[in-house]
Amino acid sequence: MIKFFLMVNKQGQTRLSRYYEHVEINKRTMLEAEVIKKCLSRSKDQCSFIEYKDFKLVYRQYAALFVVVGINETENEMAVYELIHNFVEVLDKYFSRVSELDVSFSVSEFHL
Amino acid sequence: MPAPIRLRELIRTIRTARTQAEEREMIQKECAAIRSSFREEDNTYRCRNVAKLLYMHMLGYPAHFGQLECLKLIASQKFTDKRIGYLGAMLLLDERQDVHLLMTNCIKNDLNHSTQYVQGLALCTLGCMGSSEMCRDLAGEVEKLLKTSNSYLRKKAALCAVHVIRKVPELMEMFLPATKNLLNEKNHGVLHTSVVLLTEMCERSPDMLAHFRKVRQLSSSQLVPQLVRILKNLIMSGYSPEHDVSGISDPFLQVRILRLLRILGRNDDDSSEAMNDILAQVATNTETSKNVGNAILYETVLTIMDIKSESGLRVLAINILGRFLLNNDKNIRYVALTSLLKTVQTDHNAVQRHRSTIVDCLKDLDVSIKRRAMELSFALVNGNNVRGMMKELLYFLDSCEPEFKADCASGIFLAAEKYAPSKRWHIDTIMRVLTTAGSYVRDDAVPNLIQLITNSVEMHAYTVQRLYKAILGDYSQQPLVQVASWCIGEYGDLLVSGQCEEEEPIQVTEDEVLDILESVLISNMSASVTRGYALTAIMKLSTRFTCTVNRIKKVVSIYGSSIDVELQQRAVEYNALFKKYDHMRPALLERMPVMEKITTNGPTEIVQTNGETEPAVLETKPPPSGLQPASQANDLLDLLGGSDITPVIPTAPTSKPSSAGGELLDLLGDLNLTGSPVSAPAPQIAQPPFLLDGLSSQPLFNDIAAGIPSITAYNKNGLKIDFTFERSNTNPSVTVITIQASNSTELDMTDFVFQAAVPKTFQLQLLSPSSSVIPAFNSGTITQVIKVLNPQKQQLRMRIKLTYNHKGSAMQDLAEVNNFPPQSWQ
Repeated sequence: MIKFFLMVNKQGQTRLSRYYEHVEINKRTMLEAEVIKKCLSRSKDQCSFIEYKDFKLVYRQYAALFVVVGINETENEMAVYELIHNFVEVLDKYFSRVSELDVSFSVSEFHL
Repeated sequence: MPAPIRLRELIRTIRTARTQAEEREMIQKECAAIRSSFREEDNTYRCRNVAKLLYMHMLGYPAHFGQLECLKLIASQKFTDKRIGYLGAMLLLDERQDVHLLMTNCIKNDLNHSTQYVQGLALCTLGCMGSSEMCRDLAGEVEKLLKTSNSYLRKKAALCAVHVIRKVPELMEMFLPATKNLLNEKNHGVLHTSVVLLTEMCERSPDMLAHFRKVRQLSSSQLVPQLVRILKNLIMSGYSPEHDVSGISDPFLQVRILRLLRILGRNDDDSSEAMNDILAQVATNTETSKNVGNAILYETVLTIMDIKSESGLRVLAINILGRFLLNNDKNIRYVALTSLLKTVQTDHNAVQRHRSTIVDCLKDLDVSIKRRAMELSFALVNGNNVRGMMKELLYFLDSCEPEFKADCASGIFLAAEKYAPSKRWHIDTIMRVLTTAGSYVRDDAVPNLIQLITNSVEMHAYTVQRLYKAILGDYSQQPLVQVASWCIGEYGDLLVSGQCEEEEPIQVTEDEVLDILESVLISNMSASVTRGYALTAIMKLSTRFTCTVNRIKKVVSIYGSSIDVELQQRAVEYNALFKKYDHMRPALLERMPVMEKITTNGPTEIVQTNGETEPAVLETKPPPSGLQPASQANDLLDLLGGSDITPVIPTAPTSKPSSAGGELLDLLGDLNLTGSPVSAPAPQIAQPPFLLDGLSSQPLFNDIAAGIPSITAYNKNGLKIDFTFERSNTNPSVTVITIQASNSTELDMTDFVFQAAVPKTFQLQLLSPSSSVIPAFNSGTITQVIKVLNPQKQQLRMRIKLTYNHKGSAMQDLAEVNNFPPQSWQ
């Protein structure tokens, strides 16, 4: 099951966040900061799946933006990896050459 | 009031903020503006304000004051308002707020709206954050929508149904009839969501699972063949632009179907059989060049492993995993290692084939991969490959991150214990672990190692030599130093004499050994426990070494005033040993006997804890090796019979007054050791005067009173009857008399009956005698116990009557006993 879906840039600013389980608001910022720290410290050769607390993170980097999805054990990691890519492609089509600015400015459209 | 700014403006302004404080300021200003705008109940700009509020919420600022506004937006008729309102509801509200119940009516109306988009919004929101009350109320509507022909709505309704089922599992049956037709759709969206719904149902309830599996009359309504058919279409169909993802048709649907098949096929032969073909087909036809194909293959492999597939299929699956391992992409390797770990229990041999690749993964840079590879390597170690694997694992231990070291060390210990080809190899391996990762090993490694060393008698010299060399250079790793000091203490003579067959013997003098032990004692890096080990070792060496005894005495006496209480106690006791009990020292400090092998099945067995704590316990008190064979403490009475006890016990009886004769000594000895095996030796050595004094003056145990003399109550015709007394401290008016009848004639006395009578103020209880035959020539006795209750503490008097057969004739006698000692009744 997907727990959350984040898009965070390299400076740690959250561009998009969607939580599918309730998380306290102050915990959210902490969670996001920790998650992005882990992703930033990885090199390109390392694999895209990280174990964090009791769930797994699947992340993918697109230019300066990290898309991170938190999943639990029942989910197929590779399928989620593909899902991320699919999502980004959809955005690309919708915004025609999507960039980080689009993500920041069209938050509501993203959610729906 | 000027019109509130648009969302974009807000975002632009926030982006210009350079510090966190500036950003916060801007946001607070904007929040205040929004709040006043809400108070004015302005309909036109509400939507904009809520949108801004949502953005600020995403950045992490509190936005709960906007919840009611969301409700107002939902209630409005404009689509844009509704859209933002529902979005706000999804993000800001959840079951915990009471406000959400107000939404129920709105959602209900919207579910019946004419525009499908509005219906869709309502379904989305309900599916996202509906509480159980809301779900119960609205489940009927959802179910109705599940049956519509509009595929846009159908797929949303299916997802909403999933959420309803998660919240309120009892409603599952309600959705069952609707699911029958779901899979007949062409629309992939609907197919996908219906598969999710079915998966959720099957996972939640085994009844549902059985229901879906069973054969129904119309073959088209069976679930498994339906799924197989869909999957087949997906694979076989040509390029369809709608669903294509890098050359594969709708991989997400494929993965979902495979997962559902897995759940259906688990533990069920029929379903598994139906799936075999399609799984084989998917496994062979999917392209592996892109990640998509690999994702599908991964899911296929997991499914094959879980259902009751035929062996050919399983081999195929493991081969796929093997291919994954060789792939360059890290993700794939990680995924392969994870699934291999799951299957290694069942298909051990097949996984062994890939052992070398797995071992290579240990050297990978990636942390996740290394961890998986380590776990998998431990699972793969067996008797044949243990040497090679161990080499790799030790190398890994050297170079890995600290977070792995503890796990790796414990894993190596376990594996070495199970599969060690030889004792020397085992000891070498453990030593290597201790030297490389010494500070990360678990606490029970030290006693285990010590026990192992004592067991391998022939390796003592070799072991002690290697340990000595190891701590010569570096004595900071505590477990290593502990083991080494223990061994040096035990086998120091072997070390100094330089006899070692396995390795080149080194020349070590006694002084050098003492130097090392002293430096351990002094060093700041040594823990208190380690110092204890070192001090004990030095003490033991006093009997093993010949020329340095004075030095040892000096060291021990220095620590007699150490601040550490543990060390001080030890030192004082050892000092006493040197001074007063020098004659006992060699026997006390002699070599430890071989410890019994203990199983490592967890510390709950009493036997094991006894064994485990024995070495620990022995370290804390001066090891009276004779008194405490470190085997099970069960056979304590056997201990008494063992010859090793002679150093201590004989001194005790010699100073004991000859009070109650033989039995008392035995009783005392038994009780002594059963009472407290650990503390008994210590007081005997450290405070011997007390113990010996205690035996004479203080009653050590309640029911024994040393000091009441026994009397001869009757002595005639070769029959002698002795009375021995015990007073109970718990009940002072009870006297327990044990009579002993012996026969000094040449013939036995048979049918011996002893009867007694006492004055009225006493009460008498006669217990059964040991036998009724007194053998001749004093070769045996009859014992019988009499209990006399003497509440008034009057002088004991007794009349006894004896009847027996002797020399063929019946004898009978009466006598009076008056010579009771005063202590027996006062």
